[in-house]
Parts: sequence; C-alpha cells; structure tokens
Amino acid sequence: MTVKEIFETMEYGPAPESAAEALAWLVDQGDRFGHFIDGEFTKPANGFESRNPATGEVLATLSQATMGDVDAAVSAARAAQDKWQKLGGAGRARYLYALARLLQKHARLFAVLETLDNGKPIREARDIDVPLAQRHFYYHAGMAQLMDSELPDREALGVCGQIIPWNFPLLMLAWKIAPALAMGNTVVLKPAEYTSLTALLFADICRQAGLPKGVVNIVTGDGAVGEMIVAHGGIDKIAFTGSTDVGRKIRQATTGSGKALTLELGGKSPYIVFDDADLDSAVEGLVDAIWFNQGQVCCAGSRLLVQEGVAEAFYAKLKARMDGLRVGDPLDKCIDVGAVVDPVQLATITQLVDSNTAGEVYRADTALPANGCFYLPTLITGLSTSDPLMQEEIFGPVLVSTTFRTPSEAVDLANNTRYGLAATVWTENVNLALDIAPKLVAGVVWVNATNLFDAAAGFGGVRESGFGREGGWEGLAAYTRPKGKIKPLARVTAFEGSDGPADGIDRTPKLYIGGKQARPDGGYSQNIFDKKGRLLGQAPIANRKDIRNAVEAAHAASGWARTTGHLRAQILYYIGENLSARANEFAHRIDSLTGKRGGMEEVEAAIDRLFTYAAWADKYDGRVHGVPIRGVALAMNEPVGIIGAFCADEAPLLGLVSVMAPAIAMGNRTVLVASEPFPLAATDFYQILETSDVPAGVVNILTGSHEELAPHLAGHMNVDAVWSFSSSDISAVIEKEAAHNLKRTWVNNGHARDWMQADAQAFLRAASEVKNIWVPYGE
Amino acid sequence: MQKSALTQPTQLPQITHARNPGMALDMQWVRAVQANTSAIERRAATLPGRRSVKKDYQAAWLLKAVTCIDLTTLSGDDTEDRVRRLCAKARQPVRADILDALGMDGLHVGAVCVYHDMVETAVEALRGTGIPVAAVSTGFPAGLSPFKLRVAEIDESVKAGAEEIDIVISRRHVLGGNWQALYDEMRAFRDACGEAHVKAILATGELGTLRNVARASLVCMMAGADFIKTSTGKESVNATLPVSLVMIRAIRDYYQRTGYRVGYKPAGGISKAKDALVYLSLMKDELGHRWLQPDLFRFGASSLLGDIERQLEHHVTGRYSASYRHAMG
Repeated sequence: MTVKEIFETMEYGPAPESAAEALAWLVDQGDRFGHFIDGEFTKPANGFESRNPATGEVLATLSQATMGDVDAAVSAARAAQDKWQKLGGAGRARYLYALARLLQKHARLFAVLETLDNGKPIREARDIDVPLAQRHFYYHAGMAQLMDSELPDREALGVCGQIIPWNFPLLMLAWKIAPALAMGNTVVLKPAEYTSLTALLFADICRQAGLPKGVVNIVTGDGAVGEMIVAHGGIDKIAFTGSTDVGRKIRQATTGSGKALTLELGGKSPYIVFDDADLDSAVEGLVDAIWFNQGQVCCAGSRLLVQEGVAEAFYAKLKARMDGLRVGDPLDKCIDVGAVVDPVQLATITQLVDSNTAGEVYRADTALPANGCFYLPTLITGLSTSDPLMQEEIFGPVLVSTTFRTPSEAVDLANNTRYGLAATVWTENVNLALDIAPKLVAGVVWVNATNLFDAAAGFGGVRESGFGREGGWEGLAAYTRPKGKIKPLARVTAFEGSDGPADGIDRTPKLYIGGKQARPDGGYSQNIFDKKGRLLGQAPIANRKDIRNAVEAAHAASGWARTTGHLRAQILYYIGENLSARANEFAHRIDSLTGKRGGMEEVEAAIDRLFTYAAWADKYDGRVHGVPIRGVALAMNEPVGIIGAFCADEAPLLGLVSVMAPAIAMGNRTVLVASEPFPLAATDFYQILETSDVPAGVVNILTGSHEELAPHLAGHMNVDAVWSFSSSDISAVIEKEAAHNLKRTWVNNGHARDWMQADAQAFLRAASEVKNIWVPYGE
Repeated sequence: MQKSALTQPTQLPQITHARNPGMALDMQWVRAVQANTSAIERRAATLPGRRSVKKDYQAAWLLKAVTCIDLTTLSGDDTEDRVRRLCAKARQPVRADILDALGMDGLHVGAVCVYHDMVETAVEALRGTGIPVAAVSTGFPAGLSPFKLRVAEIDESVKAGAEEIDIVISRRHVLGGNWQALYDEMRAFRDACGEAHVKAILATGELGTLRNVARASLVCMMAGADFIKTSTGKESVNATLPVSLVMIRAIRDYYQRTGYRVGYKPAGGISKAKDALVYLSLMKDELGHRWLQPDLFRFGASSLLGDIERQLEHHVTGRYSASYRHAMG
C-alpha cells in the first residue's frame, strides 16, 4: 500500500520486533542444548525440538534428561547447598542482585526469546514477564539480606526440585528460583518442554553472575523428567506450577516421603461486574484477564458474572472491544493476542469449545493468521453453572459468562467451583467491594483491576488451585523450615489390663459432635486401662460415619469464621478459666492415663496454651504489602475452614488443646481425633467446652483408632486441612487421601514435637490462609 | 477506495455527518456515569505499548495527524502579521518536496485557531483554502466575564467569519454539581453559534476528578456541543491520555444512545509526533476509524507540527532532521 492509501485506510500495518539477536544467541549455542548441571552445560543428547508456535519453525533441539542427568543435577545441588547456606543472607543477596541486574541488561533478549518460544505477544514478554522476573530477583535479594535478622529461627530446606509450566516460562522460573536461593536452598529446575529456552538463557546469566556451581541446575525434558524429580530421594522440597491433574499426581507421588510441597495449580476464576461498575474499564479489564497470554493464565478471569441489570449493555461493549483485538504474529508490537503455545493446546481448546452446545457463542470479528496456533477471542454468554464450560478450565482465550441478581448470589456463583485461585470484583462502591472480597474463596482478589502481580504480594490458591504462596513474606515459609534437630516419635500404645474399675461410679464418655455428646455410630467402645491394668473407663470407637457427622456439624458452624477475634479470644480465655477450675481433676486423669507424674504440668501448659491463642486471636494481623501501584495489597489472614486433626498420643490434653486453640482462634472449625491410647482426657474436656460458650460444631471430638479414621478424615471432600501429630504411622495415608481435593496437610512424618513449647507461629500459619486483596485507588 | 479527504472542500462537520442537535438534560444518565481512575490510568499507560505504527504506516498516520491539527496561536502578543504567517503554514504545513516523496499533495491542517481580534485576518489569509478559522471565545480562558458579553463574543466572532467557536465552560457549574446551569450555558452558546460549530472546552485540569470530566462531557453533548475539547492550554494540566479516554468513552456512549457523532479535541501538551500517534490509535481503538478524520478529531497544538515535519523528513531521507530545515509557523 502507498502512503496515500494508508492515509485513507489508517490501518496499523506490521510493526515487527526483530528476532535477529535472539536467533543469533541460539546459533551461538549451536542450536542444540544440553542441561545446566554444576555450572556447566552438558553435551547435547537425544531429545526433542522446541518450536515457535506462531510459525511452526524449529528454534532449537533440546535434550531429554535421563535418570543419570537428574541424579547428577541433584548431587550438584546437594554438594553446593551447605556452602551456599553458610554464605549467609548478605552474601547470597549479592548474587540475587547480580541476577536481577543481568536480567535487566539482557531484557530484550529474554523478551524476544520468550515470545519466539511461547507465542505470547512481545508487548507482554517485554512489559510484563521480564520486568516482573527482574523484580522478583531484586525483591528476594532483599529477602536474603534480611533473612538473618528477620527470620533467625528459620533455615533452608535443602535441595528444591522445581517444575514450571509453559505459560510464563521465565517469570515462573523467577518465582521459583529467587525465593529458594534467597533462603539458602539450591535448586534443580525443569522448565516445560515447550518452553525451555529462556531457562537455558537464564543458566547462561547464572554463569555471568558468577553464581557458585551447583546452586542452580536446569534439566530439560517432558513429564517423565518431572516424575524423576518428584520421586528423587535426594530432594527435600517440590514446588510445582501447572495443572491440577498433575499437581494431584505429584501430591500422591510424594506422600510419606517427607518432602515439603507447594502446588500452584489451575483455576476458573470469577470476574464479577456489579451494576455500578465503570463498565468500560471492566471491559478493558477483561482484555487483561482472559485475552492476556491467550487466556493461558492459571488465574485468568475466565468466568464472567454480570449483574442482570447491566448484562446486555456490558455484553455489547465487550463484543465491540473484542472486535478491536488484533490477533497475530506475537513479535508484532501491535498485537493483542498471540499464538497458543502448541498445536496440542490449540486442539484442546477447540475441542472443549466445540463440544459445548449451551449458551450463545460470540467470536471476535477480527482477522486470524492463516497458519500457526491461533484461536479467536471467544465469549460464551447465557451459560449455567451446570454447563461444563462454567466448571472446566479451558486455558485459552475463551470467556464464559452468566448473570446474577444480588451480591450474595454473586458470591455463591463465584464460589461454586472446585478451584480457588483468584477473583476480580468491579464496583465503585467501596462497601460492596470490601464486603465481597473476603467472601470470595480465592488466594488473590483484585478490586477494579485484574492480573496484578508483584513480588511483594503472595500469590497462590485455595481448594484445588493448590497450596502455598509465592512472593511476599508469606512466600518464604515455602522455602524454609524451623531450625532444630529432628527427633523420631515412638509409637505410644495403650495399656492393657483386666482389672475392674478404679472409680466407683461408672461414667460414659461419648463423642462430642455438634455441641452434643453422641454415642458412636458403630456402637462399640474400647476399654481404657491405666499402667497397672486397672480399668479407667470406656472410650467410644468412632467410625467413618462419626467423621461424616462431625464434619457436617463443623460445616454448619460456618458462622464461627465471621466472628470477631475479640469474641474468639473471650471464649478461649473462658475455656482456660474453666479448665483451671478443674486442674487437679485433669492432672489426676492425665497421670492415671499415662502412668506418669507430669499431669499438673501438662494442665498448666494447656491453660497457658489457651491463654496464648486467646491472646493471638485478635492480634494475628495481616499485612499491607508495598506493591508498586497507587493502592494497597491487603494480605488478610483468613481461616482455612474445617481442620481435621489427629492429636498427639503422648500428651492427651495438651496435644489436643495445642491444635484446637490456634485453629479456633483463627476462626476455623475443628474435628479433633483424641490421643488414641489416652482418650479420656479429651472426653473429660468436652465438659469444659460445654460450659465455655463454644458454639456447637466449632470443636468436635472423636476417639478411636487413628489408622482407621485417617483415610476417612483426610479423604473427606468438605474438610479443608488435615494435621497429624499421631504416633501412628498415618502421615502417608493422610497425604495420599488429601490429594483428592488437594486439601492442605500438616503431618509429623514420624517426628516428635515438644508439646511444652507453643511454637505458636507455626500453628497460626497452618491455621490460616493469606488472601491478598489488591485495591488500587484514586479518584 | 473512498473519496480522498484531501479533495474535499472543507473539514466542517456538516459536510459529512448529521450535526448533533443535543437532547434534553438526562440527569439519570449523568448521575449513572462512572469513571474508575486507576483502571483508566492503567489502560492509558499500556496503550502506547500495545499499539505501534512503523515505516510507511507511520508516515501516513503522521500526515493524517497534520490534517487534524488546529494550528493555534493564543498569545497576548499576536499581531496580524504573525497570524498571517501561521495561516501560510496552515496552507502548506509540510515541505512540498517531502510531500512529493510521500506521494501526497494538497495537505493542509484542520483549522487555524485564534483569539477574536485575529479572526478577520485569518479568514482573509485562508480564503479559498477551505481551512476554517476557529475562534476561542466566551471569555477564554477563564470564562468569567459577564454572561451576556460571553454570548455576544460568540456572535462577534461568527460575524467576523469564524466557522468554529471554541467556548469555555464555567468550571464552577461542574465543581458545584450544577448540571442544569452547565447545560443551560452550553445551550445558550450553541444557539449563539448558529451555523458555526461549537467546541466545548471543559478545562479538565480544573474539574477535579475524571468522574466530573465524564459528566461534564455528557452534559455538553446533551446541550448540543459539536466537539468536546480538553483544555484551553492555559491550565496547569492540559490534555492527558486518561482524560482523553474518559471523554471519548462519553462520546461513544452518546453516539450509541443517540446516533449522533461528536468530535474530540485534545489540546495542550501534545508536542511530539509519537504522542500524536498514540492519540490516533486511542481514537481508532476506542471510537473507530470514523473518528480519525478532521471533522471528528482535532489536535489543539502549536509545536506538534514541527516535530511531525522532522519525523516525516527522517522517514523520507533516513536521516534525522533539524527544526531549522522546516518553515516556522
């Protein structure tokens, strides 16, 4: 076209970013890559081709890691870890700072290579992915610097195996490597096989930064390599970002291994538009929500919920905006939607949408390139919650939608999902926004914005969107553990006997469910003897139906989560007060159960524990993160939900109180399985609860076999977390059963705990989830 | 291909689309307007990174920008000769050899914008060119002279030959939430303009909030504004992308509701060719191609043209240019 013709048509025309430097870098590496192990690239081996999804062209040949490669990488990481940790926070900070600087110096090379490999628009790689990756290293250089002073009781986990997805290859690498290194860990990272190139370029800059050998190791390959990492005995922690299905498999594969685990998985995040919203801005927000990175974003606002009164107007505006989206060559600086990562993914998206017959499908009236992996921005309106596309993650540029009538219906619809990663709320009413945000089941909530990320604000989900946080102070827990020696926990068994009762009047301990004493469903009880074989009483034997009933009762007590910390504190103090009044009786009971003389000490510790968590109930404050926008990211501590716990066998009262108190202090409801060999302190204890204004269903107490109950409690889909301090070997079965709905687990792996120490921070952290609510402001 | 805008006799709106007659003040609509500042700022901040025009496309877009410029002089020391020089520049805004190299001819700016006393001179200097003269009016820039004098000023300028009148609104009506007063004032100005087209200058830098900008935009359109314009160029903050986004979204809503197209004129602070491209892409993306013509889009600018000329010469020669190589306006 001539200038004169363009003057009339005013079309945008091509605005290509040059790929020359990135392609030259690939040529310099021989277009073939080995792995990066112990500071060196290995010789390229058999493997696979990495292609540009926009053109199908082969960019490079990568090596498929063998078991030997993974072993070598883990060995290198292990060998380097001690020295890396001993370098100290300030020493590590300098390397992290250097990596941040080098990412900045090579910013365009990273951006272009990312776009070539992944298909995302160069604007996104250049303006979002690469700057956020730099920011992550800067931020965590600071965390390394502050570790010695601010986290004096924490230490590195050791060697971390990290498996990252193809949608944000470099950014996910940064999210994984920066905090791990900052805290003194070393890593073996596997990028996704579609998108390994920027990880290999990162390996190159690790050398430029002079990073000690073995601190960062990168192995390439497909899911089989991921499995090798997950199963590797030399790895202390697995961090995974990817699909919920794979996350579940990893949870299952690591059960009982003692490996720490964080999972950042899929989502079907709601995007709620109220009738008083700035509709044009909310439409523009959707461009950033679902047409960002071709919708291949775990936290994509993919489920649009619009208030009925404005739905028609909103859809009209949205469709007009969709028509203005430009789909095409990702290296073009004037493109909104690039290429889907791979033909396989394109086929998945196509199949999911084509199999849908419900609602009304609108496809953007915009040009699509003839070749390459492209998919038109698509909107499907008029769907119902029962339609599969409202429930299943599509992971493509496809938005599904329905309407709602009231704020509470919006919340119900938003939360009607197995996922819980992110949520977006649009309203000009601050009361409404701040009312809705805490009610949304999600790890991140954006108010009048979407897909805002920063290293200072934790990111991560609840429910089947995974567990653990990345970023912020809250993210450091995923890469540290408390200092101290690990001691094994011996199995505590019940005493046997045949003598008659020690007391005169027969007492009937029951289960405590929904604020009532309940006989066990099975109708069986277990004789409990003291050390000398005298009968102390009978404890009910709970079965799976009692678990069902207890969880039902806990579910019904959901109002507890909305009580104030002040109220919960009062109740905890009251429990302590009432326990104190009966201290002698409990001390005696504990002594006769355990056959030891520490009863009074244990009771005093239990009272102190109650007072401690009463104190914390209204003081476990969230944070306001300093994110680089005009606005705040409120890191709010929320209750986990329903926590099931297998209490310590060896401390029949203190063990129960130590898990109950922090859990209910934070607003959780609990199903507590008492000490198996010494259950009668717990059954005495419910009398204390009954007199202490604890609402029905907040604390439920079961007695019986830990081994028998563990799979049922851990497998219950309405339980949000399961803890075990049991001396029975149930850690593995809990992790295995918990994998079904990816509930949080905190198990002892057969390690002992000193119950005389509160370790309050660990319990409070486990009893709460951090939700980051982003509130940009300004009029 | 449609008829070239270059061969049209004039850029006056009445030639190409039905003039906005206005409508009754709809307070329900005005009150329902929302403008989320942080979201608008994010959109504005990312727009330059989302849109890019290069090579021949950039040259064509810059030429388009030239045709949309209201070449302006609004200084206390304006003289007739200075205005004549500006008008000459308006007739031939880009060096002929550059236009030749680009295959363009007959290009001129959208209008010449002056104070009332310079209208006759400008009209004379531009006779036969089809370039309209715009007069700033109604006690520009503060708009605080007696109301009847402000109306009379419009009348005088129209008599003097101004085909476009850039009025200033009473900011106090917006700040006080007195929308009826704003509406009535705008109506009176519109009526006084008669056949001349009226651009409503909102002085957005003095309206406090984007929400006020959105509401004032709507009220002025309801009262019959042909164009809404950001600024006098005399406020401390003039045209910005967020303000522009708010105003053109109001234009879009008004068009969708009434079917009438209202033009947009950002003024003040747009001095770089690159900025002009961003503004054009904003218009194209938010309002569509139709709003890329001078009958619906103008830049109020004095130094923008010089930068565009340098960029065009660079495009033609491949060498960066210098300002002295181009005729001053």
